[in-house]
Amino acid sequence: MATKIAANNLAVAVGERLILRGVDLKIEANTIVSVIGPAHSGKTTLLRVINRLIETQHEFLRSGDVLLDGGEVRRLDIDVLRRRVGLIFATPIPLPGTIFDNIAYGPRLKARLNKSRLADVVEESLRAAALWDEVKDRLQTSALRLSGGQQQRLCIARTIAVDPEVIMMDEPTSGLDPISTAQIENAMRELKSRFTWVLVTNNVKQAARVSDRVAFFLSGELVEEGEAAQIFTKPKDKRTDDYVSGRIG
Amino acid sequence: MVIRPLVWQRIVWFALAAMTLFTLVVLFFIIGFITSKGARVITPEFLFGLPERMGKEGGILPTIVATIYISLLAIAIATPIGVGSAVYLCEYTRESAITKVIRFGADALAGVPSIIFGLFGFIFFVIRLRMGWSLAAGGLTLAFMILPTIIRTSEEAIRAVPYNLREVSYSLGGAKSQTIMRVVLPNALPGILTGVILGMGRSVAETAVVIFTAGSSLLVPKSLFDPARTMAVHFYILAREGLSMERAYGTALLLIAAILFINAVAYLLMFRLTRKMR
Repeated sequence: MATKIAANNLAVAVGERLILRGVDLKIEANTIVSVIGPAHSGKTTLLRVINRLIETQHEFLRSGDVLLDGGEVRRLDIDVLRRRVGLIFATPIPLPGTIFDNIAYGPRLKARLNKSRLADVVEESLRAAALWDEVKDRLQTSALRLSGGQQQRLCIARTIAVDPEVIMMDEPTSGLDPISTAQIENAMRELKSRFTWVLVTNNVKQAARVSDRVAFFLSGELVEEGEAAQIFTKPKDKRTDDYVSGRIG
Repeated sequence: MVIRPLVWQRIVWFALAAMTLFTLVVLFFIIGFITSKGARVITPEFLFGLPERMGKEGGILPTIVATIYISLLAIAIATPIGVGSAVYLCEYTRESAITKVIRFGADALAGVPSIIFGLFGFIFFVIRLRMGWSLAAGGLTLAFMILPTIIRTSEEAIRAVPYNLREVSYSLGGAKSQTIMRVVLPNALPGILTGVILGMGRSVAETAVVIFTAGSSLLVPKSLFDPARTMAVHFYILAREGLSMERAYGTALLLIAAILFINAVAYLLMFRLTRKMR
Protein backbone atom coordinates (compact mmCIF):
# COMPACT_ATOMS: atom_id res chain seq x y z
CA MET A 1 0.00 0.00 0.00
CA ALA A 2 1.08 3.55 -0.65
CA THR A 3 2.27 5.78 2.17
CA LYS A 4 -0.10 8.72 2.47
CA ILE A 5 1.54 10.70 5.24
CA ALA A 6 5.05 10.32 6.56
CA ALA A 7 6.91 12.11 9.32
CA ASN A 8 10.68 11.74 9.25
CA ASN A 9 12.58 12.67 12.39
CA LEU A 10 9.98 15.33 13.10
CA ALA A 11 10.63 17.64 16.04
CA VAL A 12 8.49 20.62 17.02
CA ALA A 13 9.08 23.23 19.70
CA VAL A 14 6.61 25.91 20.73
CA GLY A 15 8.26 28.60 22.82
CA GLU A 16 10.66 26.88 25.18
CA ARG A 17 8.86 23.55 25.12
CA LEU A 18 9.76 20.64 22.93
CA ILE A 19 6.39 19.16 21.97
CA LEU A 20 7.40 16.47 19.49
CA ARG A 21 10.81 14.84 19.50
CA GLY A 22 12.18 12.77 16.65
CA VAL A 23 8.94 11.28 15.39
CA ASP A 24 9.11 8.75 12.55
CA LEU A 25 5.68 7.69 11.42
CA LYS A 26 4.19 6.30 8.25
CA ILE A 27 0.47 6.31 7.59
CA GLU A 28 -0.76 4.09 4.79
CA ALA A 29 -3.51 5.23 2.46
CA ASN A 30 -7.06 4.02 3.20
CA THR A 31 -6.40 2.87 6.71
CA ILE A 32 -7.60 4.05 10.08
CA VAL A 33 -4.68 4.98 12.27
CA SER A 34 -5.24 5.87 15.90
CA VAL A 35 -2.85 8.12 17.74
CA ILE A 36 -3.13 7.41 21.45
CA GLY A 37 -1.36 8.66 24.53
CA PRO A 38 -1.96 10.68 27.69
CA ALA A 39 -2.52 14.44 27.71
CA HIS A 40 0.43 16.58 26.60
CA SER A 41 2.03 13.85 24.60
CA GLY A 42 1.97 15.89 21.39
CA LYS A 43 -0.92 14.20 19.60
CA THR A 44 -2.84 17.37 18.75
CA THR A 45 0.35 19.16 17.75
CA LEU A 46 1.11 16.34 15.32
CA LEU A 47 -2.22 16.91 13.56
CA ARG A 48 -1.76 20.67 13.50
CA VAL A 49 1.73 20.33 12.05
CA ILE A 50 0.47 18.04 9.32
CA ASN A 51 -2.16 20.49 8.04
CA ARG A 52 -0.07 23.49 9.14
CA LEU A 53 -2.84 24.95 11.27
CA ILE A 54 -0.14 25.49 13.89
CA GLU A 55 1.15 28.34 11.73
CA THR A 56 -1.93 30.45 12.37
CA GLN A 57 -1.43 30.68 16.10
CA HIS A 58 2.03 29.96 17.39
CA GLU A 59 5.60 30.92 16.88
CA PHE A 60 7.18 27.52 16.56
CA LEU A 61 10.22 25.67 15.33
CA ARG A 62 10.04 22.54 13.24
CA SER A 63 12.75 20.20 12.03
CA GLY A 64 12.49 17.01 10.00
CA ASP A 65 10.00 16.32 7.24
CA VAL A 66 6.26 15.96 6.99
CA LEU A 67 5.34 14.41 3.68
CA LEU A 68 2.00 14.07 1.96
CA ASP A 69 2.24 11.58 -0.91
CA GLY A 70 5.99 12.05 -0.70
CA GLY A 71 5.89 15.86 -0.98
CA GLU A 72 6.82 18.19 1.86
CA VAL A 73 3.67 19.86 3.18
CA ARG A 74 5.45 23.19 3.49
CA ARG A 75 5.88 23.30 -0.27
CA LEU A 76 2.16 22.91 -0.93
CA ASP A 77 -0.16 25.88 -1.18
CA ILE A 78 -1.74 26.08 2.22
CA ASP A 79 -5.32 26.04 0.93
CA VAL A 80 -4.58 23.01 -1.25
CA LEU A 81 -2.98 21.20 1.69
CA ARG A 82 -5.92 21.88 3.97
CA ARG A 83 -8.39 20.71 1.35
CA ARG A 84 -6.47 17.49 0.96
CA VAL A 85 -6.09 16.95 4.71
CA GLY A 86 -9.24 17.77 6.68
CA LEU A 87 -9.39 18.24 10.45
CA ILE A 88 -12.27 17.59 12.85
CA PHE A 89 -11.98 19.23 16.26
CA ALA A 90 -12.67 17.81 19.69
CA THR A 91 -15.78 19.87 20.26
CA PRO A 92 -18.17 20.13 17.33
CA ILE A 93 -17.91 23.64 15.95
CA PRO A 94 -20.80 24.45 13.61
CA LEU A 95 -20.44 27.81 11.92
CA PRO A 96 -23.34 30.05 12.94
CA GLY A 97 -25.73 29.60 10.06
CA THR A 98 -27.87 26.97 8.44
CA ILE A 99 -27.03 23.30 8.05
CA PHE A 100 -26.82 23.82 4.31
CA ASP A 101 -24.47 26.79 4.61
CA ASN A 102 -22.20 24.82 6.91
CA ILE A 103 -21.73 22.02 4.42
CA ALA A 104 -21.49 24.41 1.49
CA TYR A 105 -18.88 26.57 3.20
CA GLY A 106 -15.84 24.71 1.89
CA PRO A 107 -17.03 24.21 -1.71
CA ARG A 108 -18.06 27.87 -1.90
CA LEU A 109 -14.57 29.00 -0.87
CA LYS A 110 -13.12 27.44 -3.96
CA ALA A 111 -15.61 28.06 -6.68
CA ARG A 112 -18.96 29.51 -7.52
CA LEU A 113 -21.11 26.43 -7.93
CA ASN A 114 -24.61 26.51 -9.31
CA LYS A 115 -27.46 25.71 -6.96
CA SER A 116 -28.18 22.16 -8.01
CA ARG A 117 -24.51 21.18 -8.07
CA LEU A 118 -24.10 22.61 -4.56
CA ALA A 119 -27.23 20.83 -3.36
CA ASP A 120 -25.82 17.55 -4.69
CA VAL A 121 -22.56 18.05 -2.82
CA VAL A 122 -24.43 18.86 0.39
CA GLU A 123 -26.66 15.81 0.10
CA GLU A 124 -23.82 13.48 -0.79
CA SER A 125 -21.69 14.74 2.12
CA LEU A 126 -24.51 14.48 4.64
CA ARG A 127 -25.28 10.94 3.44
CA ALA A 128 -21.63 9.97 3.81
CA ALA A 129 -21.62 11.24 7.40
CA ALA A 130 -24.89 9.37 8.12
CA LEU A 131 -26.75 12.57 8.92
CA TRP A 132 -28.90 13.06 5.82
CA ASP A 133 -32.01 11.24 7.03
CA GLU A 134 -32.10 13.25 10.23
CA VAL A 135 -31.73 16.69 8.66
CA LYS A 136 -32.96 16.47 5.07
CA ASP A 137 -36.18 18.32 5.91
CA ARG A 138 -34.51 21.15 7.76
CA LEU A 139 -31.41 22.07 5.81
CA GLN A 140 -32.33 25.74 6.11
CA THR A 141 -32.49 25.75 9.90
CA SER A 142 -29.63 26.72 12.16
CA ALA A 143 -26.88 24.16 12.64
CA LEU A 144 -26.64 25.28 16.25
CA ARG A 145 -29.97 23.62 17.00
CA LEU A 146 -28.63 20.14 16.28
CA SER A 147 -27.61 17.86 19.14
CA GLY A 148 -23.93 17.40 19.98
CA GLY A 149 -23.64 14.11 18.11
CA GLN A 150 -25.43 15.53 15.08
CA GLN A 151 -23.19 18.59 15.16
CA GLN A 152 -20.07 16.44 15.09
CA ARG A 153 -21.41 14.45 12.13
CA LEU A 154 -22.21 17.79 10.51
CA CYS A 155 -18.56 18.76 10.95
CA ILE A 156 -17.50 15.49 9.35
CA ALA A 157 -19.90 16.08 6.46
CA ARG A 158 -18.53 19.61 6.11
CA THR A 159 -15.03 18.22 5.79
CA ILE A 160 -16.15 15.53 3.34
CA ALA A 161 -17.73 18.25 1.19
CA VAL A 162 -14.31 19.58 0.19
CA ASP A 163 -13.40 16.04 -0.91
CA PRO A 164 -10.22 15.51 1.12
CA GLU A 165 -7.84 12.57 0.90
CA VAL A 166 -7.12 12.41 4.60
CA ILE A 167 -9.45 13.20 7.50
CA MET A 168 -7.80 13.82 10.83
CA MET A 169 -9.92 13.83 13.96
CA ASP A 170 -8.83 15.22 17.29
CA GLU A 171 -10.73 13.30 19.98
CA PRO A 172 -13.94 13.73 17.99
CA THR A 173 -16.16 11.78 20.35
CA SER A 174 -14.81 12.97 23.68
CA GLY A 175 -17.99 14.87 24.48
CA LEU A 176 -20.48 12.49 22.88
CA ASP A 177 -22.77 9.73 24.09
CA PRO A 178 -22.11 6.07 23.14
CA ILE A 179 -24.70 6.01 20.36
CA SER A 180 -23.32 9.10 18.65
CA THR A 181 -19.84 7.70 19.10
CA ALA A 182 -20.84 4.44 17.42
CA GLN A 183 -22.39 6.36 14.51
CA ILE A 184 -19.15 8.21 13.93
CA GLU A 185 -17.05 5.06 14.22
CA ASN A 186 -19.32 3.31 11.69
CA ALA A 187 -18.95 6.22 9.29
CA MET A 188 -15.18 5.93 9.55
CA ARG A 189 -15.23 2.23 8.74
CA GLU A 190 -17.61 2.71 5.83
CA LEU A 191 -15.57 5.50 4.30
CA LYS A 192 -12.21 3.82 4.66
CA SER A 193 -12.03 3.05 0.97
CA ARG A 194 -12.39 6.72 0.24
CA PHE A 195 -10.29 8.45 2.91
CA THR A 196 -7.30 7.85 5.10
CA TRP A 197 -8.28 8.43 8.73
CA VAL A 198 -6.05 9.68 11.49
CA LEU A 199 -7.82 9.48 14.83
CA VAL A 200 -6.40 11.09 17.92
CA THR A 201 -8.13 9.59 20.89
CA ASN A 202 -7.83 9.36 24.65
CA ASN A 203 -10.04 6.34 24.57
CA VAL A 204 -8.03 3.15 24.28
CA LYS A 205 -11.14 1.07 23.71
CA GLN A 206 -12.15 3.26 20.82
CA ALA A 207 -8.71 2.84 19.27
CA ALA A 208 -9.11 -0.92 19.65
CA ARG A 209 -12.54 -0.84 18.02
CA VAL A 210 -11.78 1.09 14.88
CA SER A 211 -8.08 1.14 14.08
CA ASP A 212 -5.99 -0.80 11.65
CA ARG A 213 -2.84 0.54 13.18
CA VAL A 214 -2.08 2.39 16.41
CA ALA A 215 0.67 4.83 17.34
CA PHE A 216 1.39 5.41 21.01
CA PHE A 217 2.85 8.77 22.01
CA LEU A 218 4.31 9.73 25.36
CA SER A 219 5.86 13.12 26.17
CA GLY A 220 6.28 14.00 22.52
CA GLU A 221 7.92 10.73 21.64
CA LEU A 222 6.49 8.03 19.40
CA VAL A 223 6.98 5.04 21.69
CA GLU A 224 5.56 2.35 19.49
CA GLU A 225 3.59 1.94 16.29
CA GLY A 226 2.09 -1.22 14.90
CA GLU A 227 -0.94 -3.32 13.99
CA ALA A 228 -3.79 -2.59 16.38
CA ALA A 229 -4.00 -6.23 17.49
CA GLN A 230 -0.32 -6.33 18.25
CA ILE A 231 -0.31 -3.04 20.20
CA PHE A 232 -3.19 -4.15 22.37
CA THR A 233 -2.17 -7.75 22.93
CA LYS A 234 1.60 -7.96 22.59
CA PRO A 235 3.10 -4.47 22.92
CA LYS A 236 6.85 -4.46 22.58
CA ASP A 237 7.47 -1.55 24.88
CA LYS A 238 6.70 -1.69 28.59
CA ARG A 239 5.32 1.87 28.54
CA THR A 240 2.81 0.94 25.83
CA ASP A 241 1.76 -2.06 27.87
CA ASP A 242 1.28 0.13 30.96
CA TYR A 243 -0.83 2.61 29.03
CA VAL A 244 -3.10 0.26 27.07
CA SER A 245 -3.70 -1.87 30.15
CA GLY A 246 -4.61 1.21 32.15
CA ARG A 247 -1.72 1.15 34.62
CA ILE A 248 -0.71 4.68 33.63
CA GLY A 249 -3.01 7.33 32.25
CA MET B 1 -25.49 42.93 64.16
CA VAL B 2 -25.74 40.41 61.37
CA ILE B 3 -28.38 40.95 58.72
CA ARG B 4 -30.12 37.74 57.79
CA PRO B 5 -29.39 36.66 54.19
CA LEU B 6 -33.03 36.75 53.18
CA VAL B 7 -33.46 40.26 54.53
CA TRP B 8 -30.25 41.34 52.87
CA GLN B 9 -31.47 39.81 49.61
CA ARG B 10 -34.62 41.93 49.78
CA ILE B 11 -32.67 45.09 50.55
CA VAL B 12 -30.38 44.53 47.56
CA TRP B 13 -33.33 43.74 45.29
CA PHE B 14 -35.09 46.88 46.41
CA ALA B 15 -32.02 49.08 45.94
CA LEU B 16 -31.33 47.75 42.44
CA ALA B 17 -34.96 48.02 41.40
CA ALA B 18 -35.06 51.59 42.71
CA MET B 19 -32.03 52.54 40.62
CA THR B 20 -33.56 51.08 37.48
CA LEU B 21 -36.83 52.82 38.21
CA PHE B 22 -35.03 56.12 38.74
CA THR B 23 -33.38 55.87 35.30
CA LEU B 24 -36.68 55.11 33.64
CA VAL B 25 -38.45 57.94 35.46
CA VAL B 26 -35.83 60.47 34.38
CA LEU B 27 -35.99 59.23 30.80
CA PHE B 28 -39.77 59.39 30.65
CA PHE B 29 -39.79 62.74 32.40
CA ILE B 30 -37.51 64.23 29.74
CA ILE B 31 -39.46 62.72 26.87
CA GLY B 32 -42.76 63.70 28.49
CA PHE B 33 -41.59 67.23 29.14
CA ILE B 34 -40.42 67.77 25.59
CA THR B 35 -43.54 66.14 24.16
CA SER B 36 -45.83 68.34 26.24
CA LYS B 37 -43.98 71.47 25.17
CA GLY B 38 -43.34 70.58 21.55
CA ALA B 39 -46.10 68.32 20.30
CA ARG B 40 -48.41 71.23 19.52
CA VAL B 41 -46.20 72.72 16.81
CA ILE B 42 -45.75 69.47 14.93
CA THR B 43 -47.94 69.82 11.87
CA PRO B 44 -47.37 68.93 8.21
CA GLU B 45 -46.35 72.56 7.58
CA PHE B 46 -43.76 72.35 10.35
CA LEU B 47 -42.33 69.12 8.97
CA PHE B 48 -42.37 69.98 5.29
CA GLY B 49 -42.31 73.78 5.23
CA LEU B 50 -39.46 76.21 4.89
CA PRO B 51 -38.50 78.34 7.88
CA GLU B 52 -39.61 81.95 7.95
CA ARG B 53 -38.28 84.81 10.04
CA MET B 54 -35.18 82.83 11.10
CA GLY B 55 -37.28 79.90 12.27
CA LYS B 56 -39.70 81.90 14.37
CA GLU B 57 -42.36 80.75 11.94
CA GLY B 58 -42.65 78.23 9.15
CA GLY B 59 -41.19 74.73 9.08
CA ILE B 60 -37.93 72.94 9.57
CA LEU B 61 -37.60 70.91 6.36
CA PRO B 62 -34.06 72.11 5.54
CA THR B 63 -32.77 71.04 8.95
CA ILE B 64 -34.30 67.58 8.61
CA VAL B 65 -32.72 67.17 5.19
CA ALA B 66 -29.37 68.45 6.47
CA THR B 67 -29.43 66.10 9.47
CA ILE B 68 -30.05 63.08 7.27
CA TYR B 69 -27.37 64.06 4.76
CA ILE B 70 -24.69 64.93 7.24
CA SER B 71 -25.08 61.88 9.48
CA LEU B 72 -25.27 59.48 6.55
CA LEU B 73 -22.16 61.09 5.14
CA ALA B 74 -20.33 60.74 8.46
CA ILE B 75 -21.39 57.09 8.82
CA ALA B 76 -20.54 56.30 5.21
CA ILE B 77 -17.02 57.64 5.72
CA ALA B 78 -16.37 56.37 9.24
CA THR B 79 -17.78 52.83 8.98
CA PRO B 80 -15.45 51.39 6.32
CA ILE B 81 -12.39 53.11 7.78
CA GLY B 82 -13.30 52.13 11.34
CA VAL B 83 -14.15 48.51 10.57
CA GLY B 84 -11.07 48.22 8.36
CA SER B 85 -8.84 49.54 11.15
CA ALA B 86 -10.42 47.16 13.64
CA VAL B 87 -9.89 44.18 11.32
CA TYR B 88 -6.28 45.21 10.85
CA LEU B 89 -5.70 45.57 14.59
CA CYS B 90 -7.35 42.26 15.45
CA GLU B 91 -6.41 40.01 12.58
CA TYR B 92 -3.25 41.31 10.97
CA THR B 93 -1.08 42.45 13.86
CA ARG B 94 0.29 40.68 16.83
CA GLU B 95 -0.25 42.37 20.17
CA SER B 96 2.70 44.74 20.55
CA ALA B 97 3.69 48.18 21.77
CA ILE B 98 2.46 49.65 18.49
CA THR B 99 -1.03 48.16 18.73
CA LYS B 100 -1.23 49.36 22.33
CA VAL B 101 -0.31 52.88 21.24
CA ILE B 102 -2.93 52.76 18.47
CA ARG B 103 -5.56 51.52 20.88
CA PHE B 104 -4.63 54.12 23.48
CA GLY B 105 -4.79 56.78 20.77
CA ALA B 106 -8.26 55.65 19.71
CA ASP B 107 -9.46 55.70 23.32
CA ALA B 108 -7.98 59.14 23.90
CA LEU B 109 -9.54 60.42 20.70
CA ALA B 110 -12.94 59.07 21.76
CA GLY B 111 -12.71 61.23 24.88
CA VAL B 112 -11.75 64.47 23.15
CA PRO B 113 -14.52 67.09 23.51
CA SER B 114 -16.41 67.51 20.29
CA ILE B 115 -15.70 71.23 20.16
CA ILE B 116 -12.02 70.38 19.61
CA PHE B 117 -13.01 68.27 16.61
CA GLY B 118 -15.16 71.19 15.48
CA LEU B 119 -12.24 73.58 15.69
CA PHE B 120 -9.99 71.14 13.85
CA GLY B 121 -12.60 70.66 11.13
CA PHE B 122 -13.02 74.41 10.81
CA ILE B 123 -9.30 75.06 10.44
CA PHE B 124 -8.52 72.04 8.27
CA PHE B 125 -11.53 71.39 6.06
CA VAL B 126 -13.32 74.74 6.02
CA ILE B 127 -10.30 77.07 5.79
CA ARG B 128 -7.27 75.06 4.68
CA LEU B 129 -8.98 72.78 2.15
CA ARG B 130 -11.31 75.66 1.20
CA MET B 131 -14.45 73.59 1.56
CA GLY B 132 -16.20 76.45 3.28
CA TRP B 133 -19.04 75.78 5.69
CA SER B 134 -20.50 72.75 3.99
CA LEU B 135 -22.08 69.32 4.35
CA ALA B 136 -18.78 67.85 3.18
CA ALA B 137 -16.71 69.55 5.87
CA GLY B 138 -19.32 68.72 8.51
CA GLY B 139 -19.64 65.08 7.45
CA LEU B 140 -15.87 64.59 7.36
CA THR B 141 -15.37 66.15 10.79
CA LEU B 142 -18.21 64.13 12.31
CA ALA B 143 -16.67 61.04 10.75
CA PHE B 144 -13.41 61.78 12.55
CA MET B 145 -15.32 62.33 15.75
CA ILE B 146 -17.13 58.97 15.68
CA LEU B 147 -14.25 56.99 14.17
CA PRO B 148 -12.66 56.01 17.52
CA THR B 149 -16.00 54.70 18.81
CA ILE B 150 -16.53 52.61 15.70
CA ILE B 151 -12.98 51.25 15.80
CA ARG B 152 -13.20 50.26 19.46
CA THR B 153 -16.66 48.68 19.32
CA SER B 154 -15.79 46.83 16.10
CA GLU B 155 -12.57 45.63 17.67
CA GLU B 156 -14.42 44.26 20.70
CA ALA B 157 -16.97 42.60 18.42
CA ILE B 158 -14.30 41.01 16.23
CA ARG B 159 -12.37 39.76 19.24
CA ALA B 160 -15.54 38.24 20.65
CA VAL B 161 -15.84 35.92 17.62
CA PRO B 162 -14.51 32.59 18.92
CA TYR B 163 -11.09 31.73 17.56
CA ASN B 164 -12.15 28.18 16.72
CA LEU B 165 -14.59 29.46 14.06
CA ARG B 166 -11.57 30.88 12.24
CA GLU B 167 -9.81 27.54 12.60
CA VAL B 168 -12.78 25.76 11.03
CA SER B 169 -12.56 28.07 8.04
CA TYR B 170 -8.79 27.65 7.72
CA SER B 171 -9.05 23.88 8.02
CA LEU B 172 -11.52 23.85 5.11
CA GLY B 173 -9.00 25.66 2.95
CA GLY B 174 -10.19 29.20 3.62
CA ALA B 175 -7.70 32.02 3.09
CA LYS B 176 -7.39 34.64 5.78
CA SER B 177 -9.33 37.22 3.78
CA GLN B 178 -12.10 34.70 3.04
CA THR B 179 -12.24 33.77 6.70
CA ILE B 180 -12.59 37.42 7.69
CA MET B 181 -15.26 38.17 5.10
CA ARG B 182 -17.32 35.01 5.55
CA VAL B 183 -16.90 34.09 9.19
CA VAL B 184 -15.46 36.89 11.31
CA LEU B 185 -17.35 39.92 10.04
CA PRO B 186 -20.80 38.28 9.77
CA ASN B 187 -20.47 37.06 13.34
CA ALA B 188 -19.18 40.41 14.56
CA LEU B 189 -21.92 42.30 12.72
CA PRO B 190 -24.28 42.90 15.65
CA GLY B 191 -21.44 44.41 17.69
CA ILE B 192 -20.18 46.47 14.78
CA LEU B 193 -23.69 47.73 14.13
CA THR B 194 -23.96 48.82 17.77
CA GLY B 195 -20.92 51.05 17.27
CA VAL B 196 -22.34 52.42 14.05
CA ILE B 197 -25.65 53.22 15.74
CA LEU B 198 -23.84 54.97 18.59
CA GLY B 199 -21.90 56.98 16.03
CA MET B 200 -25.05 57.82 14.10
CA GLY B 201 -26.73 58.99 17.28
CA ARG B 202 -23.79 61.19 18.18
CA SER B 203 -23.74 62.71 14.67
CA VAL B 204 -27.44 63.45 14.74
CA ALA B 205 -27.19 65.06 18.17
CA GLU B 206 -23.97 66.99 17.62
CA THR B 207 -24.08 70.81 17.63
CA ALA B 208 -20.60 72.25 18.22
CA VAL B 209 -18.93 70.40 15.37
CA VAL B 210 -21.72 71.22 12.95
CA ILE B 211 -21.81 74.92 13.74
CA PHE B 212 -18.06 75.16 13.16
CA THR B 213 -17.95 73.11 9.98
CA ALA B 214 -21.34 73.15 8.25
CA GLY B 215 -22.52 76.55 9.39
CA SER B 216 -26.12 77.39 10.15
CA SER B 217 -27.69 78.24 6.81
CA LEU B 218 -31.43 77.75 6.70
CA LEU B 219 -31.54 76.88 3.01
CA VAL B 220 -32.04 73.33 1.79
CA PRO B 221 -28.52 72.11 0.87
CA LYS B 222 -28.34 71.23 -2.82
CA SER B 223 -24.80 69.91 -2.98
CA LEU B 224 -22.11 68.55 -0.71
CA PHE B 225 -20.50 71.97 -0.67
CA ASP B 226 -23.55 73.90 0.49
CA PRO B 227 -23.74 75.03 4.10
CA ALA B 228 -26.50 73.54 6.20
CA ARG B 229 -28.14 73.61 9.61
CA THR B 230 -29.01 70.35 11.34
CA MET B 231 -31.96 69.86 13.68
CA ALA B 232 -29.72 69.89 16.74
CA VAL B 233 -28.15 73.18 15.69
CA HIS B 234 -31.56 74.61 14.84
CA PHE B 235 -32.81 73.70 18.28
CA TYR B 236 -29.75 75.29 19.87
CA ILE B 237 -30.13 78.52 17.93
CA LEU B 238 -33.90 78.78 18.44
CA ALA B 239 -33.49 78.34 22.18
CA ARG B 240 -30.34 80.36 22.56
CA GLU B 241 -31.54 83.37 20.58
CA GLY B 242 -34.96 83.15 22.15
CA LEU B 243 -36.61 82.96 18.74
CA SER B 244 -39.29 80.44 19.62
CA MET B 245 -39.12 78.05 22.54
CA GLU B 246 -42.17 76.23 21.27
CA ARG B 247 -40.52 75.50 17.92
CA ALA B 248 -37.30 74.59 19.67
CA TYR B 249 -39.16 71.91 21.63
CA GLY B 250 -40.90 70.74 18.48
CA THR B 251 -37.52 70.28 16.85
CA ALA B 252 -36.20 68.50 19.93
CA LEU B 253 -39.15 66.12 19.88
CA LEU B 254 -38.44 65.24 16.25
CA LEU B 255 -34.78 64.77 17.10
CA ILE B 256 -35.64 62.25 19.82
CA ALA B 257 -38.09 60.52 17.49
CA ALA B 258 -35.38 60.34 14.82
CA ILE B 259 -32.91 58.72 17.19
CA LEU B 260 -35.50 56.21 18.38
CA PHE B 261 -36.33 55.50 14.76
CA ILE B 262 -32.69 54.93 13.82
CA ASN B 263 -32.29 52.53 16.74
CA ALA B 264 -35.44 50.65 15.89
CA VAL B 265 -34.47 50.27 12.24
CA ALA B 266 -30.95 49.19 13.17
CA TYR B 267 -32.17 46.53 15.59
CA LEU B 268 -34.68 45.26 13.08
CA LEU B 269 -31.90 45.04 10.51
CA MET B 270 -29.68 43.24 12.98
CA PHE B 271 -32.45 40.80 13.81
CA ARG B 272 -33.01 39.98 10.15
CA LEU B 273 -29.31 39.61 9.43
CA THR B 274 -28.65 37.28 12.33
CA ARG B 275 -31.85 35.26 12.07
CA LYS B 276 -30.19 32.48 10.13
CA MET B 277 -27.38 32.27 12.63
CA ARG B 278 -29.49 31.35 15.62
